[in-house]
Amino acid sequence: MATGVKPRVKVPATVAAGETITIKTLISHNMESGQRKDKEGNTIPRSIINRFTCAFNGETVIDVAMEPAISTNPYFQFEAKVPEAGEFVFTWYDDDGSVYEEKKTIAIG
Amino acid sequence: MFQGKGALALAIGGALSLIAAGSVVADEPAKLVVNGEIEMVTETEAPAHLDAFDTIYSGWTFRTPETRMLQMDDFDNPAMVFVDQAAEAWDTVDGSEGKSCASCHGDVAEGMAGVRAVYPKWNEAAGKVRTLVQQVNDCRETRMGAEPWKYDGGKMVAMESLISVQSRGMPVNVAIDGPAQSTWEQGKDLYYTRFGQLELSCANCHENNYGTMIRADHLSQGQINGFPVYRLKNTKLNTAHARFKGCVRDTRAETFNPGSPEFVALELYVASRGNGLSVEAPSVRN
Repeated sequence: MATGVKPRVKVPATVAAGETITIKTLISHNMESGQRKDKEGNTIPRSIINRFTCAFNGETVIDVAMEPAISTNPYFQFEAKVPEAGEFVFTWYDDDGSVYEEKKTIAIG
Repeated sequence: MFQGKGALALAIGGALSLIAAGSVVADEPAKLVVNGEIEMVTETEAPAHLDAFDTIYSGWTFRTPETRMLQMDDFDNPAMVFVDQAAEAWDTVDGSEGKSCASCHGDVAEGMAGVRAVYPKWNEAAGKVRTLVQQVNDCRETRMGAEPWKYDGGKMVAMESLISVQSRGMPVNVAIDGPAQSTWEQGKDLYYTRFGQLELSCANCHENNYGTMIRADHLSQGQINGFPVYRLKNTKLNTAHARFKGCVRDTRAETFNPGSPEFVALELYVASRGNGLSVEAPSVRN
């Protein structure tokens, strides 16, 4: 079970209709690869975030499959075109079944 | 399961470096402004006690544009993950007295504003100069009844960073006169003492040769206004004392320990050389 997991997202609060914005996301997570061994030589079980998605008003913006080679605290930066006011929903899926969700509303202004 | 009706669906395997793919601009930022609001002084007149320089420069000015940019937005600054962890520890009750930091100091933003800027500082009750770390551990032991944290351990350096964040942009202003003066002079002696097989003092590099290269690295003036720093080379927060230790080790000497009286004195002296620069901690360096 991963501990100390905390999602962070940066989205502008307002945007002109049709403008492209930059979204930054980061989730603090150990991303244990499953390749390492502890002091006794036992394999430390894999525990990573295996999928990250972002949706805007129900429409998928990005959907990422993640693999064990990805470093700790995965950071994603991407762009999205915002045609209307609405809500971004960011979701991270953990190997242990946990789902972390963060929401950001954006207004046209 | 991975079906999306949207514009973009990506599956990426292997190591990612999305920062590089992002909007990092190669233009050199001339001024350090964090989050577009905290203006930092990275270059100013040297304090009166310092004869070696006319102008003092923050270590930020010696780094590459990419590294400088990382410090300009808290979202990009990797140290902030640790600051968040310390913010939780701030509110967490620990020890026999049933207290957290917040029990006495309240909200960290109010209780700790300006604190970083004046440490290390003379403590009347203890009868000596104390660093911020020593003050935190004194609180933990005497007020909270909790175990002290390791001087340069992860929990402590994160807490030191959280406290430092509340003073960002304020000028470093440590007192070097009055009761702190003898400690300050001890620190000054250490600064100019040659150590190790290489017989190097702090001043040989950071005073006589700042701005030049030491192998692949750009020598700074050795200012500690940005400490604790997040170093890209070891991907964690580093204390000033750990940096001192690394420097003394590099002269091929037996080093003092983090938290030792020698390093406390040296921290006070080195901090005083940066009086007037902004508190930048947690900064990003390579």
